[in-house]
Amino acid sequence: MTARLFPHPGLTVLLVTMWVVMVGEVSFGALFLGLVVGIVVPIFTAPWWPGRPPVRFLPAAAYCGIVLWDIVVANFHVAAIILFKPTRDLRPAWLTIPLELTTPEAITVFAGTISLTPGTVSADVSACGNYLLVHALHAPDPAGEVAKVKARYEARLKEIFA
Amino acid sequence: MTAAGFADTLVSALIVIGAGFALVGSWGLVRLPSLMERLHGPTKASTLGLGAILVASVLWFHLARGVWTTHELLVSVFLFMTAPISANMVAKVHLHRLRQREPSERPGPAGAPAAPPSGADWATHEAPHEGTPGDFVGD
Repeated sequence: MTARLFPHPGLTVLLVTMWVVMVGEVSFGALFLGLVVGIVVPIFTAPWWPGRPPVRFLPAAAYCGIVLWDIVVANFHVAAIILFKPTRDLRPAWLTIPLELTTPEAITVFAGTISLTPGTVSADVSACGNYLLVHALHAPDPAGEVAKVKARYEARLKEIFA
Repeated sequence: MTAAGFADTLVSALIVIGAGFALVGSWGLVRLPSLMERLHGPTKASTLGLGAILVASVLWFHLARGVWTTHELLVSVFLFMTAPISANMVAKVHLHRLRQREPSERPGPAGAPAAPPSGADWATHEAPHEGTPGDFVGD
């Protein structure tokens, strides 16, 4: 019964939270409407979540913190490149990152993280699903850049989606 | 300095910082050499530039009106979810047009990307292989 009503408890919690945040107050009406949305939407979208990987929430929260911090730090980095680095000194490069992540959800989060952290934009994934194509704004050492991204983000995502 | 004066200064400073980052991002759009480099400007400047302006908005509503607003949180969440996807779409169209040898599409200083080492092509040019994420044939 509970499983039929809440096929995706995490999504239900997320939707209720989003609804309350959108309304801007914690009231009975907001919680009730949020709960209706939180129950109806997962039931109707269940066919689009075939195999769902389990998510560890504590490492996921830590990961969000790290990414937010990196966004702030690296924004200054890219601003400095844009303002002070002449185009002839710029070394843009395509990076091919071999993926150890296997689930679509993990790869999506990895690609999104790469795009949000300045200096890199993810462009494509290989048809076999084993490589990510990333464009770097300034990467004099492409191999080092790949190793850095893998160590900082992919290793943590492997723990989250373990 | 009075409390109200301090609040105004703090909010103004945050707005100027945010606008500054947005300006730098736009300047990058103008001066960087080709499409892929230019893509770095808007996906990034929007993150910290907008972040600072949203924090200013939350602070202003709290200090001037005495309420905590939560809408800014939603704005940043939606921004963080959509910015990488639109950047990814632009990059994919660029790859496709490069491969089609459209005369107006020129590779940047990094050239066209090499094919992945596995022998499979990039997903823009080739359908997903069986059993990979995105292959819905078996579902």
